[in-house]
Order: sequence, then C-alpha cells, then structure tokens
Amino acid sequence: MANMQNVRTLMGDQDPSNRVKNFKEVALGYSTGAAMNEADRCLGCLNKPCVSGCPVGIPIPDFLHKVAEGDIAGAYEILSAANALPAISGRVCPQETQCEGKCVRGIKGEPIAIGRIERFVADWAAFRGITDKVEPVPSNGHKVAVIGSGPAGLTCAGELARMGYDVTIFEAFHVAGGVLSYGIPEFRLPKAVVKREVEKLEKMGVKIELNMVIGKVLTITELFEDQGFEAVFIGSGAGLPMFMKIPGESLIGVYSANEYLTRINLMKAYKDDAPTPVLRNKKVAVVGGGNVAMDAARCAKRLGAEVHIVYRRSEAELPARVEEVHHAKQEGIIFDLLTNPVSIEGDEKGQVQSITCIKMELGEPDASGRRRPMAVPGSEFKMEVDAVIMSLGTQPNPMSYEGTPGLEKNRKGCVAADENGCTSCPGIFAGGDAATGAATVILAMGAGKSAAKSIDEYIKSKR
Amino acid sequence: MKKYEIVNKKTLTPEISQISVYAPLVAAKAKAGQFIILRVDEEGERIPLTISSAVDGLVTVIFQKIGGTTLALDQLNEGDCLQDFVGPLGLPTEVEDLGRVAVLGGGLGCAIALPVARALHQAGNQVDLIGGFKTRDIVILEEEMSQACTDLHICTDDGTYGYHGFVTGMLEKLIESGVKFDHVFAIGPLMMMKFACKLTEKYNIPTTVSMNPIMIDGTGMCGCCRLTVDGEVKFACVDGPDFDGHKVDFDEVIARNATYLEQETKAREKHLCRLGGGAMNG
Repeated sequence: MANMQNVRTLMGDQDPSNRVKNFKEVALGYSTGAAMNEADRCLGCLNKPCVSGCPVGIPIPDFLHKVAEGDIAGAYEILSAANALPAISGRVCPQETQCEGKCVRGIKGEPIAIGRIERFVADWAAFRGITDKVEPVPSNGHKVAVIGSGPAGLTCAGELARMGYDVTIFEAFHVAGGVLSYGIPEFRLPKAVVKREVEKLEKMGVKIELNMVIGKVLTITELFEDQGFEAVFIGSGAGLPMFMKIPGESLIGVYSANEYLTRINLMKAYKDDAPTPVLRNKKVAVVGGGNVAMDAARCAKRLGAEVHIVYRRSEAELPARVEEVHHAKQEGIIFDLLTNPVSIEGDEKGQVQSITCIKMELGEPDASGRRRPMAVPGSEFKMEVDAVIMSLGTQPNPMSYEGTPGLEKNRKGCVAADENGCTSCPGIFAGGDAATGAATVILAMGAGKSAAKSIDEYIKSKR
Repeated sequence: MKKYEIVNKKTLTPEISQISVYAPLVAAKAKAGQFIILRVDEEGERIPLTISSAVDGLVTVIFQKIGGTTLALDQLNEGDCLQDFVGPLGLPTEVEDLGRVAVLGGGLGCAIALPVARALHQAGNQVDLIGGFKTRDIVILEEEMSQACTDLHICTDDGTYGYHGFVTGMLEKLIESGVKFDHVFAIGPLMMMKFACKLTEKYNIPTTVSMNPIMIDGTGMCGCCRLTVDGEVKFACVDGPDFDGHKVDFDEVIARNATYLEQETKAREKHLCRLGGGAMNG
C-alpha cells in the first residue's frame, strides 16, 4: 500500500534572509528517508501518465519504486539509462507542467515531487562516486561533431557516445555547459553539478573543444570535408538577446539578462576579487516575467539591490515557473505587474536614472491564448532606478550555420528541423533552442536525444 | 609549440607590447579587421584584441597595458601559454579597390590600421597611412607601416617627429592640398574616430571606423557591445567591428565605454601594487 499522505514530503530551503546574501544553492535536497517517503506515494499507475509528460521518457514509476524500496543505486541505473543529465533536470525542469502535472496524486492532493527525487538519486550517486564509474564504449569509428555544449549538445553527445560514436563537442566559450554555465545561477544550479555531468561525458570518451566558434574558425562544411565528421548536430541555442527598442536602452546600467547573468555566473563577477566587473546597483528594474527574469532579479538582489520585476501582464500569465516566482517573492523581489516600460532616462554621464512605465490592463486573448495587455492612457509613472535588466527572451544566433549550402531556416530564423532533429541537409541535424527558439532545458535534452537516434540511423544507413 | 603559447614577445614602448600566439586554426582564418578574445588565467576576464597579423600559425596582437588584465598579460613571457584564445571574431574589413584611400591610426590603433592598410594596398589602392602618436618615443611599427602603404605620414601631438598635430590635421592638410580620397578608414581612440568622421563628413568622404566597445563573449550573445548606428542598435562583435563612421553615435559609445571606469581603475591599482608599487607611469 502506497503512502497516502496528500502533501509532498518537505524539502529544506536556505532561509530567505540568509540566502539573499550568498550564491549558494537555495534548495537543500532530500535525505534518503525523505526521498523514500515521497517515492512511496507513487501508486504505480498502469498507464503511467507521468512518463507521457516527460520529454526524455524516463520510466518514472520504475525508478520511484526502487527509491521507495531503498535501492537508490538501482534507481540511478534506471534513471541514468534514460536521462544523461539527471542532476540538472532534477533541479531545473518545469516538472509542474510535465511529469508532475500529469501525476494522479495531484488530483486530490499534491503530485509526487518527482523532480526532487530525481535530484536526490543523481546527487546520491555522484556523492558515492557511482556517476564516475563510466565504461567507455568501444568506438565504432564514426565521427560526429556537436556544436554547442548546452543541454541539447551534451545530451546528444552522451547518447552517441553510448552507442560507440567518436564525438567531439565544439563550444564557443571557455567553459562547457552553455546556458547551464552562463545563464542559470549558482544558487539554482551549482556549477559543480554541471562540471560533474560534463566530466562524465569526457570519461565516456566525448572530446570537448573549447574556444571554438563554429562558423568563424571552422564552418560546418569544413567539419565534413576537412575534419572527417560524418554528421553534425547543431545545438547552438538561442543566444541573441532582444531589446524593447525604447529610448534609453543603451544607457550605462542597461543590461540584457544574458550579459548580466554571464558576468555573474560565468565570469564570477559576484566575487569581490573577480577580474570581470559588474555594477553593484541600488535599485534595479528587471523587465520580463520568465525564468531568466527571475534569475536576473535574484542575482541583483544578492548583489544588494532593491529589485522590481516589471511585467506587462498579470501574475497568472508569468511565464516563469511557480517555484521560481515563489522563491523570488520570498527573497523580497517586488512584482510590478501590468506595467510596461516606455522609456529609460539617464543623467548627464549617460547613467540610468529612472524608468518610465505605463500601467496595463488585460483585454481579449491574443494568438498565444493569453489576454492581450493594453496600455491605460495617461497612466505613465516614473520609477527611480540605477539599472534596468532586459529579459525579453532571445533569438537564435545563426553564426554557426549561416551560409551552410542548402540548410533551410524556419519562419523564426531557427534551423528548420523536424521532431527527429533532421534538417534540409543530409548529415546535418539540429535541436534545442537553435531549432525551436527559446524554450526549456529539458526540451533541449529531449531534442538532443531524438537527434542522436536520427544520427545513428543516418550513419548506419550509409554503411 | 603548445596551444596558445606566446612564441614571440616584443616590447614596443614602455606601455605597449606585442605578442604572437600559437593558434593555427585562428591564424588560418584571420582577416584584416577581425579580433580575438583571450583570457590570461583560470579566473581571468575575457578581453577583445584586434588581430595585427596572422601568419604561419601565429596570431599577433598588440596591447596597451592599461587595465588589470593587460598588465597581467604583460607578465607572461615567451614560452608561457594563455588560458584561452578564441577567434577570429567579427566581420573582416571589406577590402576592395576603391582608388585612393587614407587609413588613420591613432596610437595603439596603428596596430589595427596596419593590416587594414596592407590589405587595401595589396588590393590595388593608393594608400596614405597616417599614424598619430603623442610623442616620438612611443612611435610604433614605423617600418611595418611604411611597407604596407603608398605613403606613410607620421604625426606627433607635440611635434617631436613628423607632422606636428593630430591625424585629422594631417588628413585635412592632404585634402586641402588637393588630394581626392575615395574612402577613409579611421582606427584608434573613440575621440580620434569621432573627429575624423566630423572632418570627412565635411568633405563628404565615406568613412569606415573600427569600433572597440566592451565585450564579453564576442559572438552576439550578451549585447554588451551594442551601439547605435543610423538609429538602429547593432552589436559590434557580430555586425562589426567596422561601421559607417558617419552613422555611429559616438557620444553614446564613449559614455558606455566608461561603464566600469571605477572598477578598472581599482583593478589597475591593485595590479600595480602587486607588481611592486606604482613604478609604471601613466
């Protein structure tokens, strides 16, 4: 008989008043007992609705069952066979709209905390060195290039390495991980966790070439013709930040969320002795309501600022995960909802002084199904701030694939790829944000996994 | 040779050094006007430097010891390796046969003007290379520059060598003497490029400038290097670094480049302290 407690087993958090002063991980994770107790809430539904909600198809009830029995090593075996990066997805997946959103226990109570258990199992295995015990698979002699070492690229590389492919990942930055390294802050995804997952791939035989900007130093055509790769996976993400095109966006103190987060997460500008600087602001407006906006806001808070989220729709439409919004509120982030920036004003030195916003109200639903925000005439007001962080989403960066003969793009300017990662060019595959536009880590992982399967089929078909 | 090894190092002036770094893939692709980004050590900052030349697997860059990172870079010697070296980034300077062109280099900018002048000269242009320096003692690359153009004009602010005055003064002198320039390339400090553009606007000569804003990734990812060109936001790292100088909002770039002035000054002081106390001037 399953544990019929209707609420989830609690997971400890760092106290909000403490954590706003540090960059350490907020969520503290389950103990073995807590994980077993929570996993025991699984009813073992025959139709496994949770699995249908998982982009990488983890056999969730199977690994939960092992956890409930206390066989964590067994759980890890099941989990890691389906998911190359469980310590990462356990932390950053929007489980509430995926596996947990489909959980039957969510009907009468709270769904099983699948993400928390996933994280526990992955960390447990890492702590005991099980993650490190990776047997390199004998090489099948076929070379595959992966562009980008974010979640799509890492997953694709991992899957291919398991099948025996000779995989090389090309990363433009000096650190592997893509958005996992430069974007998601330490307090949500410790960089040691990312490093661990990357090292696991290297132990599997994946080569990682850093500082390689494909499209500049080597083109995709050269990867095939000069470097001897038989297939290329484009997982270069959606890196180009968008701005609002309002007056004042180039003033000192206006950042894209990408820049702000990169300075802090990748370049460690939050440390006092870091050579890379970041402004220490007093009052910051973060424009946008997604996870990236929450990350930027919480970083600014940790650097000592009063932080306002400025979002043009209402709380119900916030694209960020509920948990992120909750954490942000706990940390004292102020939400100025139904508010939209009109202009940013600066002082005589070109430094941000204030942001002028207008109040919004919600009208009829638009194409996205969300109610369209409309400005309330005459409701402009000025808020004094010394920094504005634009977190409006990103567009694909075509640098790696621009000019590749025959490679088609879609309407959004992304690489046109089908759900199996196949593009208009035989041998070139794509997935993750590079193909879909900005989305989530787990969708990118799912795409990397599907593309690996397609690449395997493609190379086998050539033999 | 090891990856990113400093194979040659030259001290051009007490403030300016030149290093040639082993990076064969970068060297094979590098074209005039492009840049690299490097990091000195594990915790280091990413700084962009324009490529001065690229031959035989070696990429040469020239830098002025002005901040913590460039001071740290100068502590490395031949045989030492850089932590990271990535490129070639940015779009190459468009080199075509334009007729008679003037290439203006201001101080350290001469290191960048040099490959541009050389490429234009090789493409068949009559090239007047105008190199400006504060004083005779800090004139760099004279020999190399004279080989990369039709006529080299050295200027010094204090008149200790060559033309007495700024590069813009020399350019105006040539124009006034009847030289018809089809295009001007201005490369150097923002102030120099701004005033060069004001001048060429007056004479209606198309002008290309090479922008050097603050950058992090150099691939369009952060938007830190954005500038306004003809009322539109452009990223210097991917849309440039070359732009139509008559359309660049220089005042905005000048303000933005001062964003971290306070932190940079502190970093420099800290570094000089570590080196043994403010012995270096400037």
